[in-house]
Amino acid sequence: MAVDIAVIDYGMGNLRSVSKALEHVAPAASVAVTADPEVILTAGRVVFPGVGAMGDCMAELDQRGLIDVVKQAAASKPFLGICLGMQMLFEHSEEGDVAGLGILPGRVLRFPAEAMFDNRNERLKVPHMGWNEVHQAVPHPMWNGITDGARFYFVHSYYVEAGNPELVSAFTLYPFPFTCAVAHNNIFAVQFHPEKSQAAGLTLLGNFVTWEGNV
Amino acid sequence: MGLAKRIIPCLDVNAGRVVKGVNFVDLRDAGDPVEIARRYDREGADELTFLDITASSDQRDLILPIIEAVASEVFIPLTVGGGVREVNDVRRLLNAGADKVSINTTAVNNPQMVADAAARFGSQCIVVAIDAKTNADGRWEVFTHGGRTATGLDVVEWAFKMQELGAGEILLTSMDRDGTKSGFNLALTRAVSDALNIPVIASGGVGTLQHLADGVIQGHADAVLAASIFHFGEYSIHEAKLHMMQNGIEVRL
Repeated sequence: MAVDIAVIDYGMGNLRSVSKALEHVAPAASVAVTADPEVILTAGRVVFPGVGAMGDCMAELDQRGLIDVVKQAAASKPFLGICLGMQMLFEHSEEGDVAGLGILPGRVLRFPAEAMFDNRNERLKVPHMGWNEVHQAVPHPMWNGITDGARFYFVHSYYVEAGNPELVSAFTLYPFPFTCAVAHNNIFAVQFHPEKSQAAGLTLLGNFVTWEGNV
Repeated sequence: MGLAKRIIPCLDVNAGRVVKGVNFVDLRDAGDPVEIARRYDREGADELTFLDITASSDQRDLILPIIEAVASEVFIPLTVGGGVREVNDVRRLLNAGADKVSINTTAVNNPQMVADAAARFGSQCIVVAIDAKTNADGRWEVFTHGGRTATGLDVVEWAFKMQELGAGEILLTSMDRDGTKSGFNLALTRAVSDALNIPVIASGGVGTLQHLADGVIQGHADAVLAASIFHFGEYSIHEAKLHMMQNGIEVRL
């Protein structure tokens, strides 16, 4: 029987947090953490998480024969990318100078190596780690019930520069505005970790489990 | 407005219970870890840190079901440390629901393990904990084994080396201050934080809410960690955040 939500498991990082949070917001839904193409492609909706280095993630996806599976899922059903799972949707990353899946136009860049400072002249560390404000650029069903400027938990050293400004669904300042969420048809992807962002994050995941993939 | 400074309550877990001591000895029971984690989450803690201080290795695995239980209902980052010796220990803790693993003594004995764990699981989940003590020469020295063993390592140099090996964050505890309620060692915190590009969590010595604010403003800490002022109900996390905000520090409310 087809599962309601497939969390794509390609051997990178801790997927338990993601599946636990989904089970928490949708207790009646069946959630599978899986690398099985059949389960992924028949699922009602798909979550594509990721932590670590982009080159390793792409290599693991390739090794498990999941590249085309991810592309098909991203083209056909409500699809949520998280962290590396957002970055991999784009064409290229500076991290290891590797190609991404190229589903969306744009590239992944590193925060500047030289010291960064905010408007109070406080030094900004890399990785960008902790709770930062997410400013919604456009209305979207995924933002239902979430205050504009609500804080989400981030941990990353690279960020997406979208090739098409219309993809940008939200931005965050560190210290310059960077894209922290993108939306395109049935795809929604976020740089932050909704599964670790307490009430705001659970609301976003709750929106995902009812979203039909339309804007 | 931008990134908030984090407040992290620390739960020292011994044989399945939360305890708190002074200078790492004289333990006092503070309650059930899952119940305490729930309360801190409700009060607005930005992360939770669990340190497994269980001396006996046969009780070591008691922390795993606790982490599993907390991770099923508390959706903020969880860090777990204590007794992490090999890359496989990191994997087991992450599988139980930890988001970050804190490595202390093993980092000193086998620095390569930090590099291996960071390469395997990503820097974002590798925290290196440093127990610092002012030695007889007045220098800050790294200690291990709960503060009993001197290493001869300079704290700032060691922290920098850990950053270079792939640590994503440093948890810096002043052994001189731990449990004393006399405030963070601000000079030490500032020296380490200014020398690094990765975030530094200040720990050891918090007795008042002003100490937390001082850790950020004077110590340049990216996050502040405290245990006893929260466990025994002196202050709530929310009160701590309001106090930091009144001091001009950006917090998540």
